[in-house]
Amino acid sequence: MKKLLFLFLLIPLVAFADEGGVHLDTAPVNLHDMGSLQRGARDFTNYCLSCHSAQNVRYELLRNIGLTNKEIEKNLMFAGGKVGDKMKVAMRPEDAAKWFGIDPPDLGLMARVKSPDWIYTYLRSFYKDDKRPTGWNNTVYPNVAMPHVLWALQGVQELKTETKTIDGEKVTTQKLVLVKPGTMTPVQYDQFVGDLVNYLTYISEPYHNKQIEIGTVVLLFLGILFVLVYMLKKEYWKDIH
Amino acid sequence: MKRLMKWIDARFPLTSTWKAHLTEYYAPKNFNFWYFFGSLALLVLVIQIVSGIFLTMSYKPDSALAFNSVEYIMRDVNWGWLIRYIHSTGASMFFVVVYLHMFRGIMYGSYQKPRELIWIFGMLIFLALMAEAFMGYLLPWGQMSYWGAQVIISLFGAIPVIGKGLSTWIRGDFVVSDATLNRFFAFHVIALPLILLGLVVAHVVALHEVGSNNPDGIEIKEHLDPETGIPLDGIPFHPYYTIKDLVGVVVFLMIFSAIVFFAPSFGGHFLESNNFLPANPMKTPPHIEPVWYFTPYYALLRAVPNKLLGVILMGLSVVIYFFVPWLDRGRVKSIRYRGKIYKTALALYVISFLALGYLGTCPPTPIYTMISRFFGVFYFGFFLLMPWYTRIDKTKPVPERVTK
Repeated sequence: MKKLLFLFLLIPLVAFADEGGVHLDTAPVNLHDMGSLQRGARDFTNYCLSCHSAQNVRYELLRNIGLTNKEIEKNLMFAGGKVGDKMKVAMRPEDAAKWFGIDPPDLGLMARVKSPDWIYTYLRSFYKDDKRPTGWNNTVYPNVAMPHVLWALQGVQELKTETKTIDGEKVTTQKLVLVKPGTMTPVQYDQFVGDLVNYLTYISEPYHNKQIEIGTVVLLFLGILFVLVYMLKKEYWKDIH
Repeated sequence: MKRLMKWIDARFPLTSTWKAHLTEYYAPKNFNFWYFFGSLALLVLVIQIVSGIFLTMSYKPDSALAFNSVEYIMRDVNWGWLIRYIHSTGASMFFVVVYLHMFRGIMYGSYQKPRELIWIFGMLIFLALMAEAFMGYLLPWGQMSYWGAQVIISLFGAIPVIGKGLSTWIRGDFVVSDATLNRFFAFHVIALPLILLGLVVAHVVALHEVGSNNPDGIEIKEHLDPETGIPLDGIPFHPYYTIKDLVGVVVFLMIFSAIVFFAPSFGGHFLESNNFLPANPMKTPPHIEPVWYFTPYYALLRAVPNKLLGVILMGLSVVIYFFVPWLDRGRVKSIRYRGKIYKTALALYVISFLALGYLGTCPPTPIYTMISRFFGVFYFGFFLLMPWYTRIDKTKPVPERVTK
């Protein structure tokens, strides 16, 4: 009886759960792919870090993705400094607010604020829009303040609206079309963004792999402990009827 | 060893206390699954206090430093991520365990005479726990911390005449600010834990005075062994229930660890994604929602168009539990011997509570508000109609001795 009522309850909830929004592509996140994480670290320091900080992340964290102190200092720290430093931005927040209308957000936790899928789709969804002060707009984040920093790599996209008549009904679809190719092919660009998102996911929770490893051991231990404790309980309780 | 015990017992009631509360405290032998959650609540309390002590060592209650000090714990402190996830998971699991514990009390009539005070102490623990969770949630100083506190404290502003002054007095400022963070920290780490511990002691002392209820809802003290004076259906708490609770503890720790290590955010329900953004007093998030354990009451608040009435209704939805011992006019305690009317009412209550919990996470659209009202009526109906339906309900005969 109670179970049946629960089922009735779930029906409207499922029906209402569907919320609108842009379709998000699945980001190729793989925190064990050191190559991808290293490429992501390189691209992050080259393209993102001039405006966006990751102010709680220390460069030395990247030793955990297979880089040595020397490699980090030589390839990723353009302004010098020590590997124990945090990934800060030289730009002052006041200047940033003046230039972009907004202080670019810190990216250390962005993969947990937005999902990796969101960032992956967002970075591939810029299109040319002359009505915007930056000249760029985005389908995932309409009227975003950030210009398309990676346009030289991706090329220029435009938002095309198509109206088709299917079975007598007018159906309007919008899609992004690459009108001017960049230095990368679309497949290369997707991989580039994929590495970047993988890296952002990594720094948002850098101990994720360790968590899974330790968690597995802990659960195995508790599993064995459960058997022992259960047998102990059986033994103690055998006279209670 | 014997001489040492003798020495201590002459100065401190160690052996007699041990006997009175463990080896010679007789609990009914028919406890089932639902009786694990009392000891588990105590376990979670200990987990929260210990992990909290370690967090306090690195946390900074300063609006300019708080958010980054949490990140410092997560990234730079050895095992900091583990301690933080244990504490954040513990907060949610505390409510899971306490809600199940309370539901057990309702189901088996554990609040009925002579256990009204145990129930009231328990409800005070629940209130203190809500305050503890609410104030603790401000400390990471994320967007949801900030705006959640802003919304809830501003509710006091709906009270006529004193409302505005009262909410300013609570915040120590006109908006949630550094002053608020500091005082919430003081309450969260000192005041409320002390109150909680005191209430837990009162709860257990009252329980041990009258003895535990059981799934049959009958008094084991009514059938004593004529020779020893021990309840015939009672068994010593130690070792029987200490060992049995240990099984519950291990199963609980398995679930707890699975969350801590594999899904600490729990799909955004234990750690909300917007709370990974630092608090920004200039930018209201489009959708403010409390953590899951407060959502049923939040849904009731939003179901009422008038703010003051909504606040009153929300307060009532929690306070009403205090009156349950006197609202219930049933002749039996346990659901096992209650009639169909009570069982239906209880099922509707559970469904309404869960539905309101879900609705509290949804944006306040007209349809959701209508559904919230619908379930709100059933939620309050369970309590307000209790004196009536428990009296007319056809109960079954209660056995003399406990059953399996």
